[in-house]
Amino acid sequence: MTELEALPDGTPQDAATTPEGSGDTTVEPVGVKAVDVTAVDVKAEAKSNGPVPVADWENPLRDPRDRRLPRIAGPSGLVIFGVTGDLSRKKLMPAVYDLANRGLLPPGFSLVGFARRDWEDEDFAQIVHDSVKEHARTPFREEVWQQLAEGMRFIPGTFDDDTAFKQLRSAIEELDAARGTSGNYAFYLSVPPKFFPKVVQQLKRHGLASPPEGSWRRAVIEKPFGHDLESARELNALVHDVFDPEQVFRIDHYLGKETVQNILALRFANQMYEPIWNRSYVDHVQITMAEDIGIGGRAGYYDGIGSARDVIQNHLLQLMALTAMEEPIAFDAESLLTEKLKVLKSVKLPENLGEHTVRGQYAAAWQGGEKVRGYLQEEGIDPKSTTDTYAAVKLEVDNRRWAGVPFYLRTGKRLGRRVTEIAVVFQRAPHSPFDSTATEELGQNAIVIRVQPDEGMTVRFGSKVPGTSMEIRDVTMDFAYGESFTESSPEAYERLILDVLLGDANLFPRHQEVEESWKVLDPIEEYWETHGKPAQYPSGSWGPKEADEMLARDGRSWRRP
Amino acid sequence: MKIDLTDTTASKINKALVQGRRAIGTPAVGMVLTMVIVTDEENAYDAIKAAEEASREHPSRTLVVIKRHARTPRDRTNSRLDAEVRVGADSGAGETVVLRTYGEVSDHADSVVLPLLLPDAPVVVWWPVDAPEVPAKDPLGALAQRRITDMYAVEAPLTALQARVNSYAPGDTDLAWTRLTPWRSMLAAALDQARTKVISAAVESEADNPSAELLARWLGARLEVPVERVVTAGPVVTAVRLGTKNGEIVIDRPEGPLATLSLPGQPSRTLALKVRSTSELIAEELRRLDADEMYAVALRGESGTKETPRHV
Repeated sequence: MTELEALPDGTPQDAATTPEGSGDTTVEPVGVKAVDVTAVDVKAEAKSNGPVPVADWENPLRDPRDRRLPRIAGPSGLVIFGVTGDLSRKKLMPAVYDLANRGLLPPGFSLVGFARRDWEDEDFAQIVHDSVKEHARTPFREEVWQQLAEGMRFIPGTFDDDTAFKQLRSAIEELDAARGTSGNYAFYLSVPPKFFPKVVQQLKRHGLASPPEGSWRRAVIEKPFGHDLESARELNALVHDVFDPEQVFRIDHYLGKETVQNILALRFANQMYEPIWNRSYVDHVQITMAEDIGIGGRAGYYDGIGSARDVIQNHLLQLMALTAMEEPIAFDAESLLTEKLKVLKSVKLPENLGEHTVRGQYAAAWQGGEKVRGYLQEEGIDPKSTTDTYAAVKLEVDNRRWAGVPFYLRTGKRLGRRVTEIAVVFQRAPHSPFDSTATEELGQNAIVIRVQPDEGMTVRFGSKVPGTSMEIRDVTMDFAYGESFTESSPEAYERLILDVLLGDANLFPRHQEVEESWKVLDPIEEYWETHGKPAQYPSGSWGPKEADEMLARDGRSWRRP
Repeated sequence: MKIDLTDTTASKINKALVQGRRAIGTPAVGMVLTMVIVTDEENAYDAIKAAEEASREHPSRTLVVIKRHARTPRDRTNSRLDAEVRVGADSGAGETVVLRTYGEVSDHADSVVLPLLLPDAPVVVWWPVDAPEVPAKDPLGALAQRRITDMYAVEAPLTALQARVNSYAPGDTDLAWTRLTPWRSMLAAALDQARTKVISAAVESEADNPSAELLARWLGARLEVPVERVVTAGPVVTAVRLGTKNGEIVIDRPEGPLATLSLPGQPSRTLALKVRSTSELIAEELRRLDADEMYAVALRGESGTKETPRHV
């Protein structure tokens, strides 16, 4: 989230980073062999320009034993709306290049940009070139660039401009003929929520959303997926009206992170964690997403939304679902959805919302050696705004495994440092043979999953201090696998874009999850609207003192992440 | 930091490793495997560099065994082990121990390596040059789950290839095979798109290229068609042609990293097929440490292949 937050500063209005919308992504896990053949097009007939495909055809060059062969997307193209936005320039276009550089994009892959700019294809290619050079993770290679650049098109226009969409349609047809994209297109809506209905309807009107026989059309949307349950449902209805729910991919870029995928490996591939992963041993869980930046130029989007809607509703509840869920019967989209939904549906809100939720706003202060403005002094913010830039809530998961174990979720801007982590804090040992002075410095054991930065895991436990007397103190053990600058450790967006092209929906939250998450958050937001106002906390601190009091009431305290 | 040990033993080296780790303040180690590189002085530098780069993806303890050649009979009787222990910034993301053996100890390098292996972690042996005749039976090879050889580094690659076929044991792998992954994945992707039966195949390459031979054998085994070998000026593999009843699927890379893919009835497209660096090859090798069954399939190939060398 933090990195996403860093982007939208100065985003032009026709190309924001935060499209609105929802849909459904119940795509069957599609094997590598079948990337271009989804359930809809089993009866794939001869494509206009391809050979006659054979039914039940199996590629003899693929073999499950051959694990060196990567998953390569089938013939396809990506259309980005709002291509001039920060997200597109800093994340999407570099991710596309990195995928190409790693040889994971199909030959003939095409990239179409759509924005309100008076550009030719070459101007667009230049913009992509610059953003790739500046932001791509892998080294710039001329030959990879050439492969990509041949398939770049730009469509100038606004979203209510019919000519532009007609142009888009003919560009797609031209690419099918010239590049062999076979009619497979993903539409990435990197636009502000208010433009969302317009774009979707235009796609429908110009027949762009319905795939020709034997191909697919997918929609990729970014949060916010509405601002409450009702608006989320409206959005879902809107998107599902145009796109098949199975072809709608919601990006939660946290789920594309290696460590987040590793939560499942850690829990379900090992024997040693799962037995203690329950109310008998776990005291409580803290999930933190802290940012050190303010709202920057995003006042227009942020004010009225706030941190809880921006972060807790999607990222933190997803992390919580992954931490708390039961073992899925298989690692596929359907089974993951089932288990995550069960967790979200059993979330119980505290009875007294006033005592167990806290919201705050950052105030002017010195942060990390810099004097920064408070939220209410930010440009474009109403000095009487009650939007939260910090939110902490206590939730319970009302099932046999977790009954009575609080999950504390907190997020905020202008906090001490940029960090996202899940800390599972264990109960104290029921009996200690050591006297109390020996264990005075001993805290609670914890397993911390560090989501970003410095992805990895930390285990915290007590150990004897070397010396003659028996004295026990907390120590930590760190694990970090690989480093982010290697080619095989992809950025979240790389992974997610590839999954969209492959039609693999494992890492995408679906509309049921979005709606369940709003059901958790809506009562809290409603309470906040009618009770009190956000507490002020100095920028660069770890949140308002009310948040500390909230945990103190339960006899606990926040970890300093 | 770097610790030099002259005329030493494995236990002194172990002590130096602990000392080095303490000195840089990271007593806990997150290393996932031990990499043993067996090489000569000439190739050591490049191999260590490649291993260090690969260690960023796979944090590992790298043990470099360099056998020094004695020039006089008197020197040959003198047995000595020197070691250079590198930890922290001098050693990628892990630890490196460079072992130099003189005299008789050179024949018993496994006795030095064994105590230095990471506890309970997989072992990989890599011979950048001079791989043993039977890697799995080599004293150092026998310690490892995975044995990496390189047919590009021998005088007569096709003879070496035959030797690899005869000596194959699960866990063997060769960088000539690793180099093919981009080609193979593009061919598989091309066939995903064409979705049709292949009735003939041809591999074009420079003469005596072991990768081309492996590619031809793999295609022969998987497609069950005879594979023609065509000799061109190179460099390395220049083209693969798969014949179908609708026309030919061709990946053509006449020179440089830019290739062209042609599918019957479809526009041709360019694709980047670059020659990868050794560190990238090693990183790929380390991604999986179980036996590479496809390599075995490719080594053995199919009997139905025919040889028709033709000079272009």
